Amino acid sequence: MTKERKLTCIVCPVGCGIKLTYDADRREILSVTGNQCKRGAAYAADEVFAPKRVLTTTVRVEDGFLPVVPVRTAQPIPKEKIWDALKELAALQIKAPVAYHQVICPDVAGTGVAVIAERPLPAETEEKAG
Amino acid sequence: MRKIQCDVAVVGAGPAGLAAAGRAKAAGAGRVLLIDRDRELGGILQQCIHNGFGLHLFGEELTGPEYAHKFIAENQEAGVEVLLNTMVLQVRPDRHLYAMNRREGMLDIAAGAVVLAMGCRERNRGAVTIPGTRPAGVITAGTAQRFVNMEGFMPGRHIVILGSGDIGLIMARRFTWEGAKVEGVFEIMPYTNGLTRNVVQCLHDYDIPLHLNHTVVEIHGRERVEAVTVAKVDEKLQPIPGTERRIPCDTLLLSVGLIPENELSRDARIELDPVTGGPVVSDEMETSLPGIFACGNVVHVHDLVDNVTRESRLAGEGAARLVQGRQPGGPVLATRAGEGVRYVVPHRLHLANLAERETTLYMRVREPAEHVRIEASVGGERVLSVRERVVRPAEMVSVKLPPGSLPADCTGTELTLSVVKEGERA
Repeated sequence: MTKERKLTCIVCPVGCGIKLTYDADRREILSVTGNQCKRGAAYAADEVFAPKRVLTTTVRVEDGFLPVVPVRTAQPIPKEKIWDALKELAALQIKAPVAYHQVICPDVAGTGVAVIAERPLPAETEEKAG
Repeated sequence: MRKIQCDVAVVGAGPAGLAAAGRAKAAGAGRVLLIDRDRELGGILQQCIHNGFGLHLFGEELTGPEYAHKFIAENQEAGVEVLLNTMVLQVRPDRHLYAMNRREGMLDIAAGAVVLAMGCRERNRGAVTIPGTRPAGVITAGTAQRFVNMEGFMPGRHIVILGSGDIGLIMARRFTWEGAKVEGVFEIMPYTNGLTRNVVQCLHDYDIPLHLNHTVVEIHGRERVEAVTVAKVDEKLQPIPGTERRIPCDTLLLSVGLIPENELSRDARIELDPVTGGPVVSDEMETSLPGIFACGNVVHVHDLVDNVTRESRLAGEGAARLVQGRQPGGPVLATRAGEGVRYVVPHRLHLANLAERETTLYMRVREPAEHVRIEASVGGERVLSVRERVVRPAEMVSVKLPPGSLPADCTGTELTLSVVKEGERA
């Protein structure tokens, strides 16, 4: 079936408005217009057939210097898996201290991609604010 | 009062302070002291948990905390000394700092050179004057970001965002991910104030509407925000009667610009640029007071941290050169914002530096334009012309002057940067 999509290219600051038609069953781009360069066409193809994003969120921490630690997926994950990944991570609680790039979850939402801590997080200390 | 002697004292340990301190130490300054009022290093980076930092500098998309981590580790290895939970109260022209903390009370810090890296603050409701009641639930985007990403709680569930600054766009997605409903982003200008990639990945991805030429004209609610009224604006940014629409919500997020935080600079009588709101600086990032340097968002608000780092390394190096007696002397050339340009940083360039090293000028354009050239001219003579396919006020433009690209005798003249339409002459 032939489908149409409008996208804003984010490869460079020009931000071309790209219009494309594609065959959803055969996973084939039929036409691309509006892009000023080839990179725009490649971006559009990826965005239509396999959009991926790095997910960044927080996970609850017990006895930490902060109540949450920021985490990210080690690689981009399929865009349609983001909600599942968020739900899975929202249910987690880990214990401080947390090491830099510590694996928080080895395989999030069945993507095969790990979720890692963005920062070291020491355990809560006596002295908090100055 | 404890007295501390150091070669370079850096005020503020966000991305600017971290880069300046690390570079000052690497460039040979003896004792480098990095001072921050927070309880940890990194400043704003620790709450910016999204990725996209460091693409230009490191060729990878780091998150804010990861970007900070690189520099914290670098400073630690280099032997930069750190004073946390410490508030600098005064910077004196003789490079004495008065600071205080709970442990030691007042501190008197005597420095060979000072680097100001206090960053910026968000414009708030007072700065944009919205009529209506004064309920809880009106909050700046950066404050909300800290609540959600570091303190671990949600300031609201049903959100309207005023202004399309990058933090507001990032928070639209963040709130959505945390289960809140974001009704829309309302921007008074006919163009967005954020980076295109943020509009696409934070709004388009989640079907959050962006309403250009719109503003909030009233806030409703007694104890808590209950709704806001939005309206379309005309070319003079005045609300158009009859276009008002009431949107129920419990939170109004403000993402309406940032202001360099210059209380210390003003108090020290450092010359400020009325356009940027930050100190007037040389290409060494030295302010109008000898030995006092400034870098990062305290000088002008940046959109990319990579540029903050680059600029702050110059400041650190400048400070190290000063304490080692290696500062460039000789004549300087002033820069000026010409046609289509809102401001240029730095404001003064040493001819000695221009002859020897590449010099980067940062500027912001007045309005969006396509197919233009950025032209640099000295005394009416064009010295550089760079083509840009598109320029926007939200995206800082940098122009690199190769070493030796200026005429040898340009003492007493100005270097003017202008935006020229392709095919026209400046």
